[in-house]
Amino acid sequence: MNKTIAFASEAVAGIGDGTTVMIGGFGGSGAPIELIHALIDAGPKNLTIINNNAGNGHVGLAALIEQGMVAKMICSFPRSADPKVFTDLYLAGKIELEIVPQGTLAERIRAGGAGIPAFYTPTSYGTELAEGKLVAEFEGRHYVQERWLKADFALIKAELGDPLGNLTYRMAARNFNPLMATAATRTVAQVTRIVAAGEIDPEQVVTPGIFIDGIVEVPDPEQEESLNREGAVYP
Amino acid sequence: MSAALDTLKLSSAQIAWRAAQDMEDGAYVNLGIGFPEMIAKFQPEGRDVVYHTENGVLGFGEAPAAGEEDWDLINAGKKAITLKPGAAFFHHADSFAMVRGGHLDLAVLGAYQVAENGDLANWSTGKGGVPAVGGAMDLVHGAKRVAVVTDHVTRKGEPKLLKRCALPLTGLGCVTRVYTSLAVIDVEDGRFVLRERLPQLSFEDLQSVTGAELKIHGDVADLAVPEL
Repeated sequence: MNKTIAFASEAVAGIGDGTTVMIGGFGGSGAPIELIHALIDAGPKNLTIINNNAGNGHVGLAALIEQGMVAKMICSFPRSADPKVFTDLYLAGKIELEIVPQGTLAERIRAGGAGIPAFYTPTSYGTELAEGKLVAEFEGRHYVQERWLKADFALIKAELGDPLGNLTYRMAARNFNPLMATAATRTVAQVTRIVAAGEIDPEQVVTPGIFIDGIVEVPDPEQEESLNREGAVYP
Repeated sequence: MSAALDTLKLSSAQIAWRAAQDMEDGAYVNLGIGFPEMIAKFQPEGRDVVYHTENGVLGFGEAPAAGEEDWDLINAGKKAITLKPGAAFFHHADSFAMVRGGHLDLAVLGAYQVAENGDLANWSTGKGGVPAVGGAMDLVHGAKRVAVVTDHVTRKGEPKLLKRCALPLTGLGCVTRVYTSLAVIDVEDGRFVLRERLPQLSFEDLQSVTGAELKIHGDVADLAVPEL
């Protein structure tokens, strides 16, 4: 078995117009910048993007939005140090926003990957984000029903990968990546280094290869924060 | 009155210092982004506190020196952090299992408004713009104690502690203690109970800038904070 893909452009080739795409990362940490930039080069339109945020500056997710490729964002916190790209489009009514509490977003993605169509959470009970949702009482407390979240594609970032798709992550760059890996029809990971099968200790595997469809090696990946400090703009 | 209050009131650092004194040895604590993060600077000596951040780290320490940042190692405010010995990484679903599952001892948040029934409004001013909730609605559920640090009144001098919140809610009945620039107040059985007030301030003056009745159960201590 070999899930290695030679080029990022090949990895995103199946993402067509109207696709729902989960993109890993929390801010810039764990964001697959090179895969996002390859997606910008490919140019599909009318995407729905699931990410914790809505981009920062003019690279990565912000650049994807700036290119007019995103019709809808599903996220918890569409603010950042430089949120101008998303903010302007949102206030102009040119991009849709579904705001989801961060823990609910994570759990909806986990549920999507785990075959659990709905679950109950205390989060958002009694707030405007619970309007229209089912509420139930368990042991004297109220809980809101939330539904799974799935995607056609997930683009994630990991540290080590082997040809079977087993992955490790680097520090807090883990965040949403292992969850999103499970919840998409097709998941592609960019990894800093591809190693031979067996070189990742099975005890250290965080995402087992069953969840992964393709891996692309991107040595020395860009960091969104560093690019923004340089004033970088993509493309 | 409000001009006098401005000279009396605690600074943000002093509010943070007071809140820090209540962190127990061995506590697992989440400090909300912005003002609450300052509490870590005043962690009392000899007490071990393990800090949690929503993006998947337990046991982080201070910011690194400029130029030493690793952008894979940040907190929920997207600021660079360092690790303490015994730190752990985990994914977002585990992180919020810690939050909602009752595993945190303390969460400290900022507030636009707090109501006497413990309702908190801290995520939306309700005025349009871009809504952003982040982890606030999760953090108010699950931690054993949910504290708020805040100025006692708004910049316009209007009370932030109210009978009922007027702004969009973050959570119902979730706040257990409020550290303000003038007082320390508990929420008990749907009422504000005054625990400490600045000694220079009369009870009547404090009540006049509070939008709900302040109850007194037992002693009210002086809110004593060092110059910082």
